[in-house]
Amino acid sequence: MTSFVKPRIDRKNAPVNSLGLKRQDYDGAMSTLCAGCGHDSVTAAMATAFYELAIEPHKAVKVSGIGCSSKTTAYFLKEAHGANTVHGRMPSFATGAMAANAALTYIGVSGDGDSLSIGIGQMIHAMRRNANMVYVLENNGVYGLTKGQFSASADIGSIAKKGTVNEQPPLDPCIMALAAGATFVARSFSGDRKQLVPLIKAGLKHKGFAIIDVISPCVSFNDHKGSTKSYAHTYKYYHKAVHADYIPPTDEIMTSYDEGETMSVELHDGGKILLKKLDPNYDPTSQASAFSKIMESKASNEILTGLLYIDDTKEDMATQNNLEARPLNQVPYTELNPGPKALKALQAGWK
Amino acid sequence: MSGVISSETSAGVNDFVIKIGTVNGTGSASANELLMKTIFRMGVPVVGKNIFPSNIQGLPTWYEIRVTGDGYAGRSGDVHLMVAMNPESYERDLAELSPGGVLIYDSTWPRPHFMSRSDITVIGVPLSLMCNDAFEVARSRILMKNMAYVGACAALLDLDIDVIHTLVDEMFVKKQKLIPANRQAVALGFDYVKDNFETPLSFKVKALDKTKGKIMVDGNTAAGLGCVYAGATFGSWYPITPSTSLMDGFANYCAQLRVHPETGENLYCIIQAEDELSAAGMAMGAAWNGARAFTPTSGAGISLMSEFIGFAYYAEVGLVYFDIQRVGPSTGMPTRTQQCDINLTAYASHGDTKHIVVYPADPGECFTMSAQAFDLAERFQTPVFFLSDLDIGMNDWMIDELTWDENYVPDRGKILGPDALKDIEKFERYICPQGDYIPERTLPGTDPKGAYFLRGSGHNKHGKYTEVSAEYQEVVDRLILKWKSAADYVPQPIVIKAKQKAAYGVIAIGSSDGAIKEACDKLASEGTHLDYMRIRAFPFPQSVEDFIASHEQVFVIEQNRDAQLMNLLVAETAATKASLTSIKYYAGQPLGYRFVHKALTDEIAVLSSQRKSA
Repeated sequence: MTSFVKPRIDRKNAPVNSLGLKRQDYDGAMSTLCAGCGHDSVTAAMATAFYELAIEPHKAVKVSGIGCSSKTTAYFLKEAHGANTVHGRMPSFATGAMAANAALTYIGVSGDGDSLSIGIGQMIHAMRRNANMVYVLENNGVYGLTKGQFSASADIGSIAKKGTVNEQPPLDPCIMALAAGATFVARSFSGDRKQLVPLIKAGLKHKGFAIIDVISPCVSFNDHKGSTKSYAHTYKYYHKAVHADYIPPTDEIMTSYDEGETMSVELHDGGKILLKKLDPNYDPTSQASAFSKIMESKASNEILTGLLYIDDTKEDMATQNNLEARPLNQVPYTELNPGPKALKALQAGWK
Repeated sequence: MSGVISSETSAGVNDFVIKIGTVNGTGSASANELLMKTIFRMGVPVVGKNIFPSNIQGLPTWYEIRVTGDGYAGRSGDVHLMVAMNPESYERDLAELSPGGVLIYDSTWPRPHFMSRSDITVIGVPLSLMCNDAFEVARSRILMKNMAYVGACAALLDLDIDVIHTLVDEMFVKKQKLIPANRQAVALGFDYVKDNFETPLSFKVKALDKTKGKIMVDGNTAAGLGCVYAGATFGSWYPITPSTSLMDGFANYCAQLRVHPETGENLYCIIQAEDELSAAGMAMGAAWNGARAFTPTSGAGISLMSEFIGFAYYAEVGLVYFDIQRVGPSTGMPTRTQQCDINLTAYASHGDTKHIVVYPADPGECFTMSAQAFDLAERFQTPVFFLSDLDIGMNDWMIDELTWDENYVPDRGKILGPDALKDIEKFERYICPQGDYIPERTLPGTDPKGAYFLRGSGHNKHGKYTEVSAEYQEVVDRLILKWKSAADYVPQPIVIKAKQKAAYGVIAIGSSDGAIKEACDKLASEGTHLDYMRIRAFPFPQSVEDFIASHEQVFVIEQNRDAQLMNLLVAETAATKASLTSIKYYAGQPLGYRFVHKALTDEIAVLSSQRKSA
């Protein structure tokens, strides 16, 4: 099979963003995933986030590894460069790309196999470097393309389609991210676009590594009774702890909430992330608080969602490396070449 | 004088080898460098080889200095003056000394009486005793012992003490307080030998004028500097012996030369990765995004990088992989040298992959070829391997002073910028409008028209996913033509023709060069004439095939067990296996000319007897 071009249907009076672009301008090729796949909803959410933030599509870079989730970078932002890299190795590729041009907006799409098994080292180390990107982990607990093996995020007791029961403890990307020093840790659900779109927007505007673990059920291999990553199970145990909205620098915070239930986090670009908390005792700027909340929710089988932790004060990778605002790939050779004179001088010590 | 120095030695004035055996971690490196630099400053060519263990402290280590008035670049295989400082390796060191040689040992402690030889001269110098008397601090007593043996050697070899003093001053330019003590230590050894032995030896140093315009530098430093001059802006790496000093060199010169003069911001980025897989991915990502990018490693790293190498090959992203070879397989001997990754780099990764590889022979070529490697990588949009080795990379070589062409402009290949994109109707990644098998590329962020999707999965010439046989084949068929076309652009072989018409030829790559040139000279003086071709890159240019065809037999000399270069020649040229004779050295030490001379002599004798009987 070859790739399909997605047919474009322009609606009359379709709204436009501040660049004058329609939501369809943020679409990509036709998805080849199964009908009803959670990933397609996430793709739509990502496209919407870029549209709402009015990021020029070609100023974005999409990267992914290998797997169903990784295919989705082809399905949005057709005017952006994309790279479908090697299994589990998207973070390193993205890291190099960001070093060459930190001025673009980077979004990585991965899955639980790509991130939590083969690519666990790369994901953790990209977090440690605080590489400036959004990393969307489409989490379905199962290997789809190879037909239904458990992934490392499968819960103990979860039953595979063929009847096997998983006995190994699951890896939680949010817990791992907190431990690795990630500066933006979120969890969401493909079925909750209202929560997911603002989260992606906030992640895109956060200067640093933003991981969003998105429960995204696999309709073909992990949506049956006994699976803890099915639509039914997720809807049942889904718990919204913190809702995040991105407020651009130009906008004022209009809505009023009760003291203790909202807080705002200043971002590097002057904008804010407004956090609406269901639990007034939860402080998403405290790593310790995030840890304990996630662990507590696990104990009661709850899926805690929202922006679970944020720290916008830590320097991102480009800043840590003392890079200038002008991208490295735009520095002319005349500025890179020290010239023959310098060469002569530095050889004095070799004589 | 206690002891008679034999005149039956292969050594002569400006023609001998000093070897110093010490304990790793005792600070002997700077003393050994001082000794070598002194001879170099006296205008006499030298070859330095560091033969060290994979260890931080405690194991035996050696430094070998060959003094070669004729200016040869390889080892000889002899040792004429052995400074045996390490009791643990004493027996080995004693045995290695050539007949007629001289051995210096620390006579503070008596040598076991049974460890002696009648055909050498032994000189005892109470180095520890003298240094313990002269210096207070324990650590400095150890360090000063090294300077004292430099003094002892200086007396025996008639070295210019003023040159030593100047070099000591330069060594401690930032720690002036240490100068008097170091000078004193040199004098201790010097005076003791002068007072107790007849000096100088029959083999000694006599000042010449043969090092003017020359420098002493290691290949990794030169390659790192080459990356700076080539305009590389991104380097990722995972530390591995023996490539680490390449990134150290790049980082060092970037810090000096690549910082914006006004803002203090960096015009480069170096990232230490969590492993070689990641280092390869970072370099590829940066290259895809328009930076000149590289990653230095050794064979073990190339094994790990292979999945990304295949991706870069198939998706056509150009970057440079520096492979500083060490002894394999597996962990092998990390501090020993070999040419054992010839096969690996030619075909790295699964599926049909063929790469461009350059083979530098000395630090001078490390400097120039690193820039060439980037030009090739970007012109052909493909991985380029820079195949050096530990001998080139970590030893100081005497080479011509480096120069840089003021008019050099990097060959960035076909990049469509915003203007070019405006003029075309549609951009397609793997179409080759110029008909030269090389497609056009765009950089992210340039223009909506330039967007494409990079993939390692099957794709057609439009850059779209495909599982259609003909579409897949069309792309991989172009890739092999692209690779073949690089043969005209890679560094071409260098041929040294024999003074007389030669029936036999020699082929080699890289660090074997010095030993082979010297062996060929010696053979010529004995009446055997050989043409010598040093191949400098893969794919092999046509001249390689022609060279083999124009000789009755060609000896392929290389530093690995499996005759990798010879087999590559058989696989990639029209040459038959019968037309090639393999000469292999894979002991892990830098190649010496005596080995090559003997191997060639033996093989030629076999060929002549076959001829006679035929």
